[in-house]
Amino acid sequence: MELLTLIAAIAIITSLIFDRKKTWVGIKKGTLMFLKILPVIVSVLIFVSVLLYFVPNELIVEYLGDEAGFSGYIFAALAGSVALIPGIIAYPLAGILVENGVSYPVIAVFITTLMMVGIMTLPIEIKYFGVRVSLIRNTLYLLGALVIGILIGLFYSL
Amino acid sequence: MKKFFKKNWVSGIVIIAFSLFVVLSFIIDYQPGQSIFKEHFYSFFKEMILFLPIMFILIGLGDVWIHRKKVEKHIGKDSGIKGIIIVIFLSMAQVGPLYGAFPVTYLLWNKGASIRNLFIYIGAFCTIKIPMLTFEIGFLGLKFSLLRTLFSLPIIILIAILMERILKKKGFEVKQP
Repeated sequence: MELLTLIAAIAIITSLIFDRKKTWVGIKKGTLMFLKILPVIVSVLIFVSVLLYFVPNELIVEYLGDEAGFSGYIFAALAGSVALIPGIIAYPLAGILVENGVSYPVIAVFITTLMMVGIMTLPIEIKYFGVRVSLIRNTLYLLGALVIGILIGLFYSL
Repeated sequence: MKKFFKKNWVSGIVIIAFSLFVVLSFIIDYQPGQSIFKEHFYSFFKEMILFLPIMFILIGLGDVWIHRKKVEKHIGKDSGIKGIIIVIFLSMAQVGPLYGAFPVTYLLWNKGASIRNLFIYIGAFCTIKIPMLTFEIGFLGLKFSLLRTLFSLPIIILIAILMERILKKKGFEVKQP
């Protein structure tokens, strides 16, 4: 975060030195794009906040922690696709899951779907790519995440 | 302005309803409402509001400074393996949640990046950005992280090639919301 702020500050200053007018046009453009997408993002965050209240982390641990059979994979993929958890929270959670006996392949499916598939953020994605492309992307990425999980599973069972 | 409200009326209703709900929860001391706001919404909102405006200003600056010809040459239709490598390194240096990557793809698309490289960008952003890897190694170990990266790379490239095949002649475009 600090790094990003620093990069932005350097970019703005350099841009100002070269061309003031162009800089303002750029900043205005960026701000406008931000304001346009903001309502959708805020409402997605609201929806996720309410959902997370009803599905706390403990519940996820319970479902994945028991026995990591095939249903473990399916649940991991589902949870990962639906959840919107920032990495700062997701990795410690994954660490806890491993300590509680969840296998690495299941964790791999959970982490990869979490990062690659975004059911909750679909409304935002659709604004950029349209419905069809967003659905295709998420479906292919879900399959891809499962393949990655299975490959990691094969490797760990060697 | 009118168009803005017309386009966002669903979000508008959600936001107004939620605001009322939160204010009411604090007035009548309704615990679940307060916890939804404090423990979940606020932490998401903080992450988003610190990060996205900076991101968008950078995108705006990129829009006025970056020349289409250059982008087209390096990561455009005929850019080949070199283009793939550039895009992967570009996305590895990114931070933030996935929904922060979509506006960047808008910029890349606008400047002439190919469909394939666009989706390689998203894929690499999802799976191997450096801030994420450092976290992952810390909590799940180097072996896991290496394996995941090793398997992820070919798969996201494969999916990107597939996406290009599917979308090539279908008038694909990245819209500006």
